[in-house]
Amino acid sequence: MAPFLLIALLLVYLFTLNSFKAKKMGHPAEVEVLSKALSGIGVDEKSLVSILTKSHHEHKRSIRRGCSQFFFEDERQFERWNDDAIKTLKGEFKRFKDAVVLSLMHPWERDARLLKKALKKGPQQYGVIVEIACTRSSEQLLGARKAYHSLFERSIEEDLAAHIKGSERKLLVALVSAYRYEGPKVKEDTAKSEAKALLNAIKNADKRRLIEDEEVIRILTTRSKPHLKEVYEQYKKISGKSITEDFEAELFLKETIECLCTPHTYFTKVFDTALRVDANEDAKKALTRLITTQEAGNFKGVSAKFAHKIEERVKGAYKDVLLGVLARGEMNGQV
Amino acid sequence: MATLKVPAHVPAPSEDAEQLRKAFEGWGTNEQLIIDVLAHRNAAQRNLIRISYGEAYGEDLLKSLDKELSSDFERAVLLFTLDPAERDAYLANEATKRFTSSNWVLMEIACTRSSYELFNVRKAYHARYKKSLEEDVAHHTTGDYRKLLVPLVSAFRYEGEEVNMTLAKSEAKILRDKISDKHYNDEEVIRILTTRSKAQLNATLNHYNTAFGNAINKDLKADPNDEFLKLLRAAIKCLTVPEKYFEKLLRQAIVKLGTDESALTRVVTTRAEVDMVRIKEEYQRRNSVTLEKAIAGDTSGDYERMLLALIGCGDV
Repeated sequence: MAPFLLIALLLVYLFTLNSFKAKKMGHPAEVEVLSKALSGIGVDEKSLVSILTKSHHEHKRSIRRGCSQFFFEDERQFERWNDDAIKTLKGEFKRFKDAVVLSLMHPWERDARLLKKALKKGPQQYGVIVEIACTRSSEQLLGARKAYHSLFERSIEEDLAAHIKGSERKLLVALVSAYRYEGPKVKEDTAKSEAKALLNAIKNADKRRLIEDEEVIRILTTRSKPHLKEVYEQYKKISGKSITEDFEAELFLKETIECLCTPHTYFTKVFDTALRVDANEDAKKALTRLITTQEAGNFKGVSAKFAHKIEERVKGAYKDVLLGVLARGEMNGQV
Repeated sequence: MATLKVPAHVPAPSEDAEQLRKAFEGWGTNEQLIIDVLAHRNAAQRNLIRISYGEAYGEDLLKSLDKELSSDFERAVLLFTLDPAERDAYLANEATKRFTSSNWVLMEIACTRSSYELFNVRKAYHARYKKSLEEDVAHHTTGDYRKLLVPLVSAFRYEGEEVNMTLAKSEAKILRDKISDKHYNDEEVIRILTTRSKAQLNATLNHYNTAFGNAINKDLKADPNDEFLKLLRAAIKCLTVPEKYFEKLLRQAIVKLGTDESALTRVVTTRAEVDMVRIKEEYQRRNSVTLEKAIAGDTSGDYERMLLALIGCGDV
């Protein structure tokens, strides 16, 4: 009889101990919900509201104690917010606001401001200049140049030329200055000879950097998009590889060709990079930029490809925007 | 200011079209009638006449003119009748086809037109030639000329009057340094000349003069035979004092042995509605003879009458 009693007492003791421990470690449910709501891209506003409105003082304390990624024990005995965590959170909360502002802005003003920002931030952001100059129509790019005059009292080309010091200057200035012909007419002979010229430039890349090659710049910054797509095809025929592969070493040239000839590849790349677990702020910003500036039809097929990742990584109102844009893209494709 | 004289009461486009048709009918052509109409209508009016003529007679007016007229007179009439943007597109395209002095025409158009006018030329070029202006210019030029001309025709300069004096001083110094080293095709020289606003350029070049004692074009005369330098000097003139550029062009066209009709026609037809008044003043100031007299002395017949009408001679 006594051993059973002892075991019963032990069990009761352990159970109480456990529940005491459980209280000490916070309510695992809320901690996990909080962590999830604040991870990935965007913020799960609904879950947060539910935690915050239902939590009283003691409850919040136990949540703090359970969330070591956001809080740490200060030397003066209180659970303190991690500064980096606040910074990250600010960025995630801001994401929806940025999407709203960008989305409502006139495309001309939007592009002018994006260009200015990219220039200010420096070489790591110059890819944005390539993206805008190459994915907009000729009229849209002209509009951006006009808006730039209004907003900054300078021309885009004078600012780019004056502030970009590296070898990419020629390429970038020429890209924003282009007013490409938009008709379908393409001369196959010219495309063939220009594909050869590009191949030639690759062969001599050790003697003369591709991004400084006059013919490469001329072809990429003045020819129409249909023409360049033909050049892309011709290049494949004569060399067996794609221009993008061969220009791998020069990032700006590679992105120029992608945006001009195979934009879908470029968009897919942006989505992929942004939805990775280790995605940085620039990658996530690129996603916002794409969904607010591109024609939704350009993303056809993307939602299917990234549906799982989006479900996992994207939260709240921002997620609604993303899914909404992608859905519109699918619809447009069917019309 | 324009020298083009338009009558106070302008006939309806259909009436003008009818008059022109009459001028073509029968034996020979009534050239004076053509001058009386086309040399006395502004761009908007000429466009309406073209539309009206096409609707009434099923043929483009320009085609009829081409059939009926010839030589210098024809070129002057055809060029003038065209809409300014179309005209510049035509001249630019022509310039990419020939050699030598064609670079000058491209430079002239790129530097003397306003930002919006230049963009309209690019639009007209798409419509007419199914290509972009910059792709043709890039394809048909090489080396230093390509480096200069492609950015020139692609520019969309800011058109405000704001000037940054600190920038003007630093860029004047850059130009001075490059010129002293004889690096005329240096990227910095090209950058400043092809991207800065005209107001900013004026400030920079004025400061150059004050700070270094010489006007920049004087310093660029180091090698009188260098064709690229000549083009560079002309570009600077076009960007800052176009009427002086055009005066010189006219002077050289007329005073030469024979006449350079191509330049003469181009200047008169492209500037008659823009700044021919100033060009005339400049011409008289520089040559102590009126432009009218100079043209009359060097040309004849219908060609002479067309040019004189465009520079404002005689009645409306």
